[in-house]
Amino acid sequence: MKMTGAQILVETLIEQGVDTVFGFPGGMVVDIYDKLYDKQDKIKHILTAHEEGAVHGADGYARATGKTGVVIATSGPGATNLVTGIATAYLDSIPLVAITGNVRNSMIGRDSFQEIDITGITLPITKHNFFVHKVQNLAEVVRTAFELAQSGRPGPVLIDIPKDVQEAVFDYKKKPVAKLPAIPACSDIDIEKAVKLIKESKRPYIYFGGGALRTSIGEDIEKLADKLDAVIGCSMMGLSEIPTDSPRFLGMQGMHGRFASSVAMAKADLIIALGVRFSDRATGKTEKYAPSASKIHVDCDRAEIGKNVPVDLGICCDLKDFVDRLTKACPQRKNTEWIKKVNSLRQREADAYEGLPFLPRDAINIISDNIKPDTRLVTDVGQHQCWAAQFLKFRKKRTWITSGGLGTMGFGLGAAIGCYMGSGSRSVLITGDGSFGMCLNELATAVTYKVPVTIVIFNNHALGMVRQWQKVFFDGRYSNTTIDRKTDFVKLAQAFGAKGFKATDKKTFEEAFKKAYKVKGPVVIDLTIKSDSLVLPMLKPGGTFNNLILRREDISDAEG
Amino acid sequence: MQKDKIIIAIYVDNRYGVLSRVTAMFTRRGFNIDSLTVGETESPEYSRITITLSAAKNDKDQVVSQLRKLYNVKKVIVLSQNDSIKRELLLIKVKNTEKTHADIVEATNIFRTKIIDFTDEAISIEATGDSQKIDAFIEYMKKFEIIEMCRTGLVALDRGGTNIWSEHEDE
Ligand SMILES: Cc1ncc(C[n+]2csc(CCOP(=O)(O)OP(=O)(O)O)c2C)c(N)n1
Repeated sequence: MKMTGAQILVETLIEQGVDTVFGFPGGMVVDIYDKLYDKQDKIKHILTAHEEGAVHGADGYARATGKTGVVIATSGPGATNLVTGIATAYLDSIPLVAITGNVRNSMIGRDSFQEIDITGITLPITKHNFFVHKVQNLAEVVRTAFELAQSGRPGPVLIDIPKDVQEAVFDYKKKPVAKLPAIPACSDIDIEKAVKLIKESKRPYIYFGGGALRTSIGEDIEKLADKLDAVIGCSMMGLSEIPTDSPRFLGMQGMHGRFASSVAMAKADLIIALGVRFSDRATGKTEKYAPSASKIHVDCDRAEIGKNVPVDLGICCDLKDFVDRLTKACPQRKNTEWIKKVNSLRQREADAYEGLPFLPRDAINIISDNIKPDTRLVTDVGQHQCWAAQFLKFRKKRTWITSGGLGTMGFGLGAAIGCYMGSGSRSVLITGDGSFGMCLNELATAVTYKVPVTIVIFNNHALGMVRQWQKVFFDGRYSNTTIDRKTDFVKLAQAFGAKGFKATDKKTFEEAFKKAYKVKGPVVIDLTIKSDSLVLPMLKPGGTFNNLILRREDISDAEG
Repeated sequence: MQKDKIIIAIYVDNRYGVLSRVTAMFTRRGFNIDSLTVGETESPEYSRITITLSAAKNDKDQVVSQLRKLYNVKKVIVLSQNDSIKRELLLIKVKNTEKTHADIVEATNIFRTKIIDFTDEAISIEATGDSQKIDAFIEYMKKFEIIEMCRTGLVALDRGGTNIWSEHEDE
């Protein structure tokens, strides 16, 4: 059937199973919006306050569902406003298709009004991107973009479509969605080698990340750990794949991870790394990383093997295939000493905080205790994010939504909106006063679409995470990290048409949270916390997990 | 860590913008290209890019893996230093004087290069060979005062009857 490019785009999106798109209109996508108008029954368009909110929305949608998120923006500033969100998705391997309009082909290269080379700009932060020269290629480009976004290691793909291509007419024929190319299985030899390393080990540690979440192998990892008598930790991207109370699970490891998992990893003699990239935040300084441990690294992206840390056995294959076959091939192991050692680490961790009043942790416990298991837990970036990662009790997969790789402040509210659009579940956004200031315009969107999100601002009147660094490493010289703003978040929420509550301690917070959690739309809770609260443990720069800072007293700072 | 000179041959879609995607990967990952050539191949669909760089073993693997991830990259191989044929082309213009001219002509003969332009002021010479020969020739020409020169960077093929699509050991 003959159609315009804009129509072909919309039809191909429907063909690819897209039911929701996030975006913001403008002159160079007005044709596309016109065609979306005809298909409102098939594609729901979420109009955000800012393109950055839209791209984080598409990203949140993808994280909550595993499907590809889609965002549309106009040329020039619309397109550049997507950049942070595309980079966020890129660093966390989130499947995303970003569609931008551009000026006509005849106007390209002349610095025309709102012309920008967005394919050039996004080259290093996309899996691939396309500039569509001719309407003849459009449908195939869109299909390839969706395939690329989902296949192998997922990631963002951008399609830039000049206005004349949107207007031009060409034949469109519906096609079935292509099957994704399979990730290769693991070889018998690699399994044998892995078994051999396991037999030589007495202190095995399994470290999993976003790749394990992507392939949903939490249960399989637990079985493998039982067989190996191993303990389990994860990177920030792996959280929620295994329930927090799983007996062998020690929680998130790393710079601000749990004490037991970080130290256990450092003391292990075998690390089995599944779907991770040995990020510096998870490993500390890579040169000093677990020097005495043998390392097995399994990932679907060959380029990850040996990229950051040299490994003894690197395998590029399907994670589930590896874990299942290894579990079968491996004899039952018993590492009594190791498990005893790890339990004593856990005890030390518990003792360090026992009885200490700490409002951030108490507040997070209140959240955990008052939500349904499928509630999505979304964060921004900073101390609040680390506390959430450390203390939240995860019970269901894909309930943890955070910007791990890029650490994008302002990610949270857009992502929470996207999460809801994809999953239909309530969400709780844990944010800081700094981060919230970067995305609070999306309160308007949350109100419009009645998004049931409880926004908890951990209000320390500071850019706490940076302030913590200044405290520990810069002698408490708090340069530009005190947020002495007069913003009244309760009134602000009301001005947007949302509800707002204030809380200052455990009791008032619990009351406020219970009330807020029942509301059908967004609610803001402004929770006052101390500005010098710290995220502990903390890894010193260049330090190793054997000398983690565990308690406040360990910081050699007069201010304490 | 010990660094080796490596030669990478890449088949890419013969399309606009592909070269910048390939070079952008090197920039973004912090790898330094020594030389780069690009041109047509036996098939109009593909261009062949030949890149040389110095890299430790780990970096070599990383470069190759990252290249293989690029959508427009269809094939990547590392050519063996010994089992490949390698050529570079040099055009070099040196000052011509009565005193030096005989020496220059003699040098071109010894190095088996070719004089392609000759004026009272300058002699222009074409040289082909592997990079060491070109380096040596330039070094020798320095004493005659080089006015200008340019070299193409390396092109290389496997020896024998195989081609880039044949099986290579590093895959
Ligand atoms: C867009 C962006 N800008 C700057 C930073 C650097 N940064 C990391 S954490 C942080 C402080 C965050 O403050 P807030 O949101 O109030 O959270 P808190 O640490 O106080 O919990 C800053 C500025 C960042 N991660 N992202």
